[in-house]
Amino acid sequence: MESLTFRHSTTKPAAGTKPMAIIGVVASGNLEVLLERVLPPDSCEIAIETAIGGYGDVWEAVVADFVARAQPGGLRISINDGGARPDTVSLRLAQGARLMEASA
Amino acid sequence: MRIVTDPGSQSWYEASARQRVAGLVDEDSFEEFLGPAERAMSPHLPLFDLPRAFDDGIVVGRAKLDGRPVLVAAQEGRFMGGAFGEIHGGKLVGLLRAAITAKPAAVLILFDTGGVRLQEANAGETAIAETMRAIADARTAGIPVIGLIGGRAGCYGGGGLIAGTCSRLAVSEQGRISVSGPEVIETNKGAEEFDSRDRALVWRTMGGKHRRLTGGADAYCADTVAAFREAAIRLIGTAPAFDLAMLEAEQARLEARVKRFGDCRDATEIWARLGVNDPDAVPAMTDAAFAETVASVTEASHDAR
Repeated sequence: MESLTFRHSTTKPAAGTKPMAIIGVVASGNLEVLLERVLPPDSCEIAIETAIGGYGDVWEAVVADFVARAQPGGLRISINDGGARPDTVSLRLAQGARLMEASA
Repeated sequence: MRIVTDPGSQSWYEASARQRVAGLVDEDSFEEFLGPAERAMSPHLPLFDLPRAFDDGIVVGRAKLDGRPVLVAAQEGRFMGGAFGEIHGGKLVGLLRAAITAKPAAVLILFDTGGVRLQEANAGETAIAETMRAIADARTAGIPVIGLIGGRAGCYGGGGLIAGTCSRLAVSEQGRISVSGPEVIETNKGAEEFDSRDRALVWRTMGGKHRRLTGGADAYCADTVAAFREAAIRLIGTAPAFDLAMLEAEQARLEARVKRFGDCRDATEIWARLGVNDPDAVPAMTDAAFAETVASVTEASHDAR
């Protein structure tokens, strides 16, 4: 297993007030994304546990792209990965951010 | 354009454990115990370099069903085949034990499992035994335990044993109930005995229609979340007593079943003996036509399952 953690500063807080959301399932080629509104609104953290080692650069790029698009300020995002492709990771992150946009 | 999807019309087979729970119970009534944020994860999987799930593949909590309080457990068949590990099993056992004091109208178990997780087999086997004991205790206390089976992993291994201890079972065509799965039988007895790649044979032998016709399941429903909800509500009201007389009746019924069908070589022969007019037509029957067939088979519905 490989653990990766990325911290970013954001220009605005994530939309919505929902405190927590989860999307996806840990399965082959899939992943689960847990989002928690627990950080200061100008930062976010993405922690990944993956069964497939050696793809740190790809994760870094996918996460940076997500942060730039979604501006998930205040969110701690935790990922359990079952070997998802980058496009699946992007999709799940976007789905998770959308779920958090709801009101609590 | 706004796309509106009715969660009730969603396929049970395709839905995740969380989607099933959300659509099954009254809207927004589900309150999860030990949710993903608590990170109650398997202590064993990291030893095998395997990824964990935040909920260890089972969602448990309380909710309302048709306005009445229920406890709910839903297995996620896509995470490690919905298999029982230490935490996964502990969550189910804890929920069933909580039923004794919480006194819900029922406990609903949404099975989707291949059985015990091999990487934590001892803990998983223990969980199976403890779950069956907890179900017996809950039923003794007068609380019906309803099993809902229609997921992609089916209900196999210890899950099949647990299903046998439930008050009532609802199954869809996609649902399969057995102890040894197709691959297990083939590995031990050879493809001549059971060809696991013969999907029609698998469904004929273990699938929802066969289980319903022989009375192994008490309700057959369409593959939608709404149909399972309806079945669950109906079955809670028809849960049988749990006493010595019922257990003896169940034993007698099982013995009679072996005597009557023990020489059959295929499920179609069993269906013919049950009085189904055209047994070969059963697998392709629509849900409505199958419901009529079930109604004509007197042995399909029996308190002593």
